[in-house]
Amino acid sequence: MKARTCWNAVCTIDDLVPESGIAVWTKDGPVAVFYMPHWLPALFAISHTDPFSGANVLARGITGDLKGAPVVASPLYKQHFNLKTGVCLEDDSVMVKTYPVLLDGNEIRLGIPEDQREAVAA
Amino acid sequence: MSKKTLVVIGNGMVGHHFLEQFTSSPAADDYEIIVFGEEKQLAYDRVHLSEYFDGSTHSDLAMGTLEWYTGQGIQLHLNEQVTGIDRETRTLVTPRGSYHYDELVLATGSFPFVPPIKGNDSPHCLVYRTLDDLDSIRSSSEGARTGVVVGGGLLGLEAANALKSLGLQAEVVEFAPRLMPVQLDTDGGALLRRKIEELGVKVHTEKATTAITEGEDARLRMNFSDDSFLETDLIVFSAGIRPQDALARASGLEIGERGGIVIDNHCTTSDPHIHAIGECALWEQKIFGLVAPGYTMARTLSAVLNSDQEAAFTGADMSTKLKLLGVDVGSIGDAHAQTPGARNIRFNDEQAGHYRRMVISEDGKTLLGAILVGDNSHYDTLLQYALNGITLPANPEALILPESQGGAPALGPDALPETASICSCHNVTKGDICCAIDAGCSDLGSVKAETRASTGCGGCTALLKNVVDCELEKRGVEVSKDLCEHFPYSRQELFHLVKVNGIRTFRTLITQHGKGHGCDICKPAVASILASCWNDHILATDHVPLQDTNDTFMANMQKNGTYSIVPRIPGGEITPDKLIVLGEVAKEYDLYTKITGGQRVDLFGATLTELPEIWEKLIAAGFETGHAYGKSLRTVKSCVGKTWCRYGVQDSVGMAIRLENRYKGLRAPHKFKMAVSGCTRECAEAQSKDFGVIATENGWNLYVCGNGGMRPRHADLFATDLSDEELIRTIDRVVMFYVRTADRLQRTSVWMENLEGGLDYLKQVVLEDSLGICAELEEHMSNVIDTYQCEWKTAVEDPEKRKRFREFVNEPEQKDPVQQWTSERGQRRPVLESA
Ligand code: SRM
Ligand SMILES: Cc1cc2nc3c(=O)[nH]c(=O)nc-3n(C[C@H](O)[C@H](O)[C@H](O)COP(=O)(O)OP(=O)(O)OC[C@H]3O[C@@H](n4cnc5c(N)ncnc54)[C@H](O)[C@@H]3O)c2cc1C
Ligand code: SF4
Ligand code: FES
Repeated sequence: MKARTCWNAVCTIDDLVPESGIAVWTKDGPVAVFYMPHWLPALFAISHTDPFSGANVLARGITGDLKGAPVVASPLYKQHFNLKTGVCLEDDSVMVKTYPVLLDGNEIRLGIPEDQREAVAA
Repeated sequence: MSKKTLVVIGNGMVGHHFLEQFTSSPAADDYEIIVFGEEKQLAYDRVHLSEYFDGSTHSDLAMGTLEWYTGQGIQLHLNEQVTGIDRETRTLVTPRGSYHYDELVLATGSFPFVPPIKGNDSPHCLVYRTLDDLDSIRSSSEGARTGVVVGGGLLGLEAANALKSLGLQAEVVEFAPRLMPVQLDTDGGALLRRKIEELGVKVHTEKATTAITEGEDARLRMNFSDDSFLETDLIVFSAGIRPQDALARASGLEIGERGGIVIDNHCTTSDPHIHAIGECALWEQKIFGLVAPGYTMARTLSAVLNSDQEAAFTGADMSTKLKLLGVDVGSIGDAHAQTPGARNIRFNDEQAGHYRRMVISEDGKTLLGAILVGDNSHYDTLLQYALNGITLPANPEALILPESQGGAPALGPDALPETASICSCHNVTKGDICCAIDAGCSDLGSVKAETRASTGCGGCTALLKNVVDCELEKRGVEVSKDLCEHFPYSRQELFHLVKVNGIRTFRTLITQHGKGHGCDICKPAVASILASCWNDHILATDHVPLQDTNDTFMANMQKNGTYSIVPRIPGGEITPDKLIVLGEVAKEYDLYTKITGGQRVDLFGATLTELPEIWEKLIAAGFETGHAYGKSLRTVKSCVGKTWCRYGVQDSVGMAIRLENRYKGLRAPHKFKMAVSGCTRECAEAQSKDFGVIATENGWNLYVCGNGGMRPRHADLFATDLSDEELIRTIDRVVMFYVRTADRLQRTSVWMENLEGGLDYLKQVVLEDSLGICAELEEHMSNVIDTYQCEWKTAVEDPEKRKRFREFVNEPEQKDPVQQWTSERGQRRPVLESA
């Protein structure tokens, strides 16, 4: 039983500044979207919620690369999260949700899993 | 068994060091200890006596505390001179009583020699040895214009510098044909003289004073044997020291022909119950006028009193490394080539003002002595060759030639034997340092604390650091200065690259000089460097991703993801109207309101979306950003000052506002704080700030590199009685020098502690322009000041920049569900347990 993915347009590429993130609101809660023009693919999306503080702040962290992986540093207590996998570099038992993301023309679409029950009903 | 009595006469540097050693030894339990000191004050650091004129007090210079003495059970009699010793009955006499002793230690030091010249008893004829002497010089300097020091030796030149710092026109009169005749040769003395005269201190050599009479244009006239004369308002005699052996002499102890209490290798005099240490003692016909040999004697005697058969004083190295009136002077070992067969190698660059001479043994294998003037950078290496008898290379001249002419690099710490003495004050060898590291010391600070190395005269600081770094590296402890995995450079090096190559973006810098894409360490550091250099708006598109969130949103993020708002309130002065606006805005947005520790108001709990709206209102009411988020100037705290306060001597509020407006917005390696107090009562706590200003009758005293916070540090007095313009120019230079040379996130206090050469070096750079960069520093500062903008004003006026301030870009009405509130003491506060 596979959950259906709904590709919602959340914003346009002009809302993003290269090498940084913004937050969008989705059915699945707040999501951080990052635009990293030097990576392939250039867009990443992870949960906006910092698991260490519970605050919705990850989109406001500094991005970069550590040991070859794209990362964002939480602006509160500075832990790093791998943007591809969501795994925390300082403590690999902690991870944040990641979302598929694509650029459709000028629009950024997020792949948000539909609620299970809805998927069944459909 | 009842305890025996040990009496120490003299509470100077060596006497105190002896007590420190002895009280921590087993034999201390067998003795009652009584100490007599003729001076009013507890033992103080005479080596740094001159700092008293730079604002240090007795307690800054003190070697111990009264609590320490009491804690050790020592009976301390200060301001009580011992006037007689009866060796038969083993009693001492003072004006206040008589005391029995079992063992007696003479640590009476020495006194300045005043040549027997007619008129030398004038009240304006002084000496330079004690704190009291310095008080007398200070009061004599009032109303004086000129001062002469008699004696061009080490202490004389230091005294001349002191006179200069009191604002007098200083001159030096020396009997010998050159300055520092003991340590230097003709060429070295001549170069030193030239350099000192360039600093405005006139030097007269080969002058013998025959009489001091009343002057015509000044208080005194010095008449010389060649019938010339010199007029001056005060005279400081510094014509050598004589061992203070009067008591010993009177009690019939053996005394040297030219003075000094004769001691053997056990620091014991001709009476087995009387010992002598320090400058009063004569060992093998030698007096040691330096503190390190005295300390060695103190340690020897402590061991002797603990029945250590091996303990012996076997002489001491008299090498000296000094900075006299800002000129480097070094003298090592047999500087005058008195060893038979000794040969010389000389290097003399009159243009650069560098003179170096090596004295080597007949077989060319060992270094016997050396003289350096103008540049002491070769001192440590040469000293190690001389002290440790390290075999010289085949081309020994390479040791003193400039590198461009084939000179050898300094002797690496690795080449030193384990027995090499690193710190002679505390007798610490390279082996001791290795032991300390093996026992767990993992940085310079802990090695210092463990071994006490470089806590005496400080001459070994640079060498110690090299040895420690080298040993740590050998043990695999990384002392890498790389900023992070993206840049193999320190912050200073990056600053240089940016400035010299005119680099304006992070991308260019990392492409040309780094690797990868950067991280949260290097990005903000580079952002700060770019801002210090070019001062673009921090939200310029290229810079946005570099900033810490606090800088990106120009507000400090709180634990629940909301932000605080801190408008600038320069100097803490605010009109009632502006206070009302703050209240109204806070009410409208339900912001928690608090007075900060920095004399301003912090409004907490604004959401990202609210930030620009709130700032729009504040800016309309005349507020500016307070940079509470930036690594930049925070506040300039002020006291109310002369305008209102009955004690104030200057307008401290006015100056604080002026400083705050001048430096606001400037990006630095870390935040920095300032304060201005209107008088010495110091209500603004300026001495705990990075830059502290205290009003004086004549202007302002400037203190630098203080810190509150995690590791408080008192600021150092940097310059005195500055005019408004001088004050600002001096701060401009220090700030810019800090901006250029400090490490990432290094406050000024830590920067200062790591600055090689410390406060003196900083003074040379800033006050004497020793690097010739002051004009550039000032220009750089004025560029930054000219390009200042209120970042918030620019941001709220620019729709593109405002776009960044959206909580959720796709749902403007959506509130962050995590931000839950409750109320406390009548205001809103976040619910602490987060979702
Ligand atoms: C608001 C305030 C406390 C208060 O309620 O009074 C405050 C609040 C913070 N301080 Fe502070 N400090 C405040 C005065 C001080 C003072 C007192 C002073 O400046 O007179 C000190 C000690 C003095 C000093 O710095 O030398 C002080 C020493 C620190 C330190 C330790 C610095 C150090 O060198 O050890 C930090 C941590 C840091 O900077 O790395 C810090 C960091 C912080 C941060 C920025 C922590 C953070 O990253 O979130 C706090 C955020 C404030 C905010 O959200 O606006 N704060 N902080 C004060 C703001 C003053 C202002 O108007 O700007
Ligand atoms: C301005 C200056 C700069 C110096 N710079 C350096 C330097 O850079 N490097 C260096 O190695 N050395 C330097 N020295 C020398 C150094 O200070 C001395 O070597 C050191 O102080 C000697 O210590 P001491 O205990 O033997 O004598 P002191 O420190 O002179 O102490 C002797 C004490 O005994 C007291 N006393 C004497 N007679 C009696 C009595 N009868 N009863 C009671 N008390 C008595 C005296 O009042 C005095 O307080 C400098 C000295 C001066 C003045
Ligand atoms: S520091 Fe001096 S001038 Fe300022 S308030 Fe205090 S007493 Fe008054
Ligand atoms: S040599 Fe004086 S402190 Fe080390």
